[in-house]
Amino acid sequence: MIKLVSVYKEYPRSGLALKNVSFHLRKGEFAFLIGPSGAGKSTVLRLIHMAERPSDGEVRVSGYSSARMKRRDIPRLRRRVGMVFQNFRLLRDRTAAENLSFALEVSGARRGDIKGRVQRLLAQVGLAARAGAYPDELSGGEQQRIAMARALIHDPVVLLADEPMGNLDERASRGVFDLIRDINSSGTAVLMATHDLELVRRYSGYRVIELSEGAVVYDSEVADAVS
Amino acid sequence: MPYHSVREAVAAFRRAPGLALLSATSIGLSFFVLGTFGLVTYNVDVTLRGIERRVEVVAYLRDDISAAQLELLQNDVRSFPEVEGVNHVSKFEAMRNAMQQLEEFRDVFTDLELNPLPASIEIQLRPDFRDPESVERVANLIALYPFVEDVRFGREWVDKIFQLRRLGGAVAAILGIAFAIVAILIIGTTVRMAVLARREEIIIMRLVGATDGFIRRPFLLEGFITGLVGGVLALVLTYGAHLVVDGSLIDLEWLPSLWTAGGVLAGGLLGLLASGSALRRHLVSYA
Repeated sequence: MIKLVSVYKEYPRSGLALKNVSFHLRKGEFAFLIGPSGAGKSTVLRLIHMAERPSDGEVRVSGYSSARMKRRDIPRLRRRVGMVFQNFRLLRDRTAAENLSFALEVSGARRGDIKGRVQRLLAQVGLAARAGAYPDELSGGEQQRIAMARALIHDPVVLLADEPMGNLDERASRGVFDLIRDINSSGTAVLMATHDLELVRRYSGYRVIELSEGAVVYDSEVADAVS
Repeated sequence: MPYHSVREAVAAFRRAPGLALLSATSIGLSFFVLGTFGLVTYNVDVTLRGIERRVEVVAYLRDDISAAQLELLQNDVRSFPEVEGVNHVSKFEAMRNAMQQLEEFRDVFTDLELNPLPASIEIQLRPDFRDPESVERVANLIALYPFVEDVRFGREWVDKIFQLRRLGGAVAAILGIAFAIVAILIIGTTVRMAVLARREEIIIMRLVGATDGFIRRPFLLEGFITGLVGGVLALVLTYGAHLVVDGSLIDLEWLPSLWTAGGVLAGGLLGLLASGSALRRHLVSYA
């Protein structure tokens, strides 16, 4: 479903960010993408989201290929790939519900459907009671839940999470991670970039892909196959 | 136009009314300069056309021309494609005109025993043939007739009017382009600022899969409306200037409605163009 085939990414100024990265994430799978900052985790996520194209190699996502994809196809891809970030990226001048209805509206939802869908999404992330709150009135954990609800508006096949708990305390982190696992168990694949090795160790049943200096240095799936 | 675009474009004016007003005013002022110049150009043109209508070729006839020859000449000249009308002035009429127009010499004319003025035909040309070349061509043709004594036309006049109109057209075109560029830069800057102010929204729109067209439309509409408002403002200012000048200094004709409507619409289209180019350069950076 997501396949990176010998992907290289080079930036004019900072040089090679990814070197020969290949992996395959299947439908409904959960994988941690780990590595120190600057290892290329965010670059991988951006490539899957088609915010950037590889310098060499190919990124395939749900039937789309980075090699053949036109710019005008990108919106359709993005409706199948949800994404959340460490800093939430919510619009501060809109309430939680308005943040969701904005996302629905701009991505082509029918106006009559929006209200009901926003309510369902808020309930799904456990924040039905906070619909009218502005981001600044919400805790970090609550803001990330709203961001996740926004990532889920189109029932994506995969959720990309870039250090989603990076700004959260222990308790909020656990809540957000539980929500991510819920989302995964309902069939959405998850690729979660993190440098929180403690978390990865605690949930040792999940696949781990480790990047270092732009290259995959460990993939638990490959390691399992070899051993 | 979808509901979202209209609402967002209106919201843009509500969010930054100062900026919107500033750019509409700047566009209005630069269009006002253009409008004033248009007014002057139009009036000069009207005046020159009036003078041009009087461009005619006069062929003076020999005294011994027969009635049949006169008839032949008039019919021939009338059939020229350049000629609108032919008017015969007899010796008697020439004398009467002279006495009316030159009162100081009335006594001199009265004392004459013989009428020295020749008969003539006055030839009016069609509007398309009042340029120097056509006038001269017609004059030369008529001069070929043996019973035509002499052919006169205001050569310097015709040349000068023609040059004036050409100059006016060129100056109008240059000024028009210059102020159109000014308006484009102003609207482009406004839209760029609007894009920057709504950076986060645009990033999120891209993130959740809004199409390029969807993201662009509100900005394009905003540019179009700004240009249109600027155009209307310029129209009002130009009309004001017309009212002040007309009646107090000189008589001015107001512009034809095709010009004014075209000007306002051009403002809107310019706004559309400016925001389109500002967007092309600016939105790409938000992947």
